[in-house]
Amino acid sequence: MEQLIGLIFIAVLATFAGAELIGKIPPQLHTPLMSGSNAISGITIVGALLAVGASGDDKLLAILGFCAIVFGTINVVGGYLVTDRMLKMFKKKGSK
Amino acid sequence: MNSNFILISYIVSAILFILGIKRLGKVNTARQGNFLSAVGMLIAIIATLFKMDAIPLEWVIGGIALGTLIGAITAIRVAMTSMPEMVAIFNGFGGGASALVASAELFKYLNGKEVYLAELTKNNSDLTTTMITIVLSVIIGSLTFTGSFIAWGKLQGKISGQPITYPGQNIINLLILVGVIIAAYFFVMNPENMTAFYVIVGIGLLLGVLSVIPIGGADMPVVISLLNSYSGIAAAATGFVLGNQALIVSGALVGASGIFLTNIMCKGMNRSLANVLFSAFGKVDATKTSPKSAEEISIKEMSAENAAYTMQSAESVIIVPGYGMAVAQAQHEVRKLADELEKGGVNVKFAVHPVAGRMPGHMNVLLAEANISYDKLFDMDEINDDFAGTDVALIIGANDVVNPAARHDESSPIYGMPILNVDYAKTTFVLKRSMNPGFAGISNELFGYENNYMVFGDAKATVSQFVETLKEEA
Repeated sequence: MEQLIGLIFIAVLATFAGAELIGKIPPQLHTPLMSGSNAISGITIVGALLAVGASGDDKLLAILGFCAIVFGTINVVGGYLVTDRMLKMFKKKGSK
Repeated sequence: MNSNFILISYIVSAILFILGIKRLGKVNTARQGNFLSAVGMLIAIIATLFKMDAIPLEWVIGGIALGTLIGAITAIRVAMTSMPEMVAIFNGFGGGASALVASAELFKYLNGKEVYLAELTKNNSDLTTTMITIVLSVIIGSLTFTGSFIAWGKLQGKISGQPITYPGQNIINLLILVGVIIAAYFFVMNPENMTAFYVIVGIGLLLGVLSVIPIGGADMPVVISLLNSYSGIAAAATGFVLGNQALIVSGALVGASGIFLTNIMCKGMNRSLANVLFSAFGKVDATKTSPKSAEEISIKEMSAENAAYTMQSAESVIIVPGYGMAVAQAQHEVRKLADELEKGGVNVKFAVHPVAGRMPGHMNVLLAEANISYDKLFDMDEINDDFAGTDVALIIGANDVVNPAARHDESSPIYGMPILNVDYAKTTFVLKRSMNPGFAGISNELFGYENNYMVFGDAKATVSQFVETLKEEA
């Protein structure tokens, strides 16, 4: 129970932080922002690594974890690259 | 390695994520912000590798290599116009990964109950909490997975962009929801009940499909933003399953920021989120269509040449881009047009509606790709008063966001949506392929207005014809 409450505590704080971060963002950055925060949700790859690490000899666990690693990596790598591609284009004329 | 060291690394990651999102919010620092956030991710991954008791290299390296390959190739090759779909797909994979991790945790328990329970006790946790969070993670993760693919299909035109509805839809959805609650109850009471678990997975996948198909293609940006938030929540739920702080903090950050972004997008259309999700918007209902259908509106046509002359002699031109410009890949031609007009002393501005395109900011990305300086781009609120003093409003592939019916026609599905007041300009040109209604499936009364002229044809071809004409004259 103690652990659960501790975890809820940080979840609540992070939720407020996330909400605060959004209020002040110009519309033209909404797409990159969505894409960039989407890459962050790929953090679940950390869980996937742990799942594979704990799989031992169990093939089913290893396969589930492996798929999760692939999915998570697609999310992370694709997300950051696509965001960077979009942001590269935002520059003032002449400042090339 | 020392577990405190790993926790400290997670804190550093969390700080980098927060700073990253914050910097993503300003044009000058956005790219750096994205980089910071990527560094945070790298730190979290490396710290986790130290946390693992054993690293089965073939699975870890193989998985990361395969994921990197797929992610990088698609991210580099995708056209800027398909960006929203791409984000949806990446997001779907993230949700799927969370569901897989939570499922793996269940199998880990089933394989060695004593060990697992002892570990839970050591961490001051209990089995019921773990199973409840597994259920949440699996449902939200699977829903995100299938929902994202449906959203992708709708934007790609692989699935009808029209809302798909059937009789008794709400009752069926309600029954499914009740079903998943019952299954979840049986599963949490007895985690060995695999039937209940598979029912939960199945319903999660089904919910993603059923909740997205009744939503019209024009609302997909809102759906993608919401699904983005869900994948964050799924990651946070998985964090609770594993007792992992990095997942909880990052997931909650994304979940909360995603909901807020979704809300901002809904406000841009003057609608509530509930209205977007449940009203099957854009379904053209014979009894509700506005009195003037496309056939009844009498329109005036103008050739591209004459339209170009009109713009050349204008003092000010406001260009209103929409998804049609994206589809025709006309953004580079549009930049040439703006350059030519400016050379001739015409004042050129761009008006970007918050929901123009398929995502907020979609038009800004495309125009930026074409090297149009962002200080020429204006938000709806900044520019709406300027239309009255403008000679020409040039509408390129935009439709619903300039439909004056939104202001006065209560029977119109878009009634109440803030629009760009293009009809206040002296002349409007609408570049359009044909007289088909817009993405929301409703006809546009602007086309029949006294001061409006239609210029038919492919947007890219028409705009390059403008450019040719202007060059010859100059």
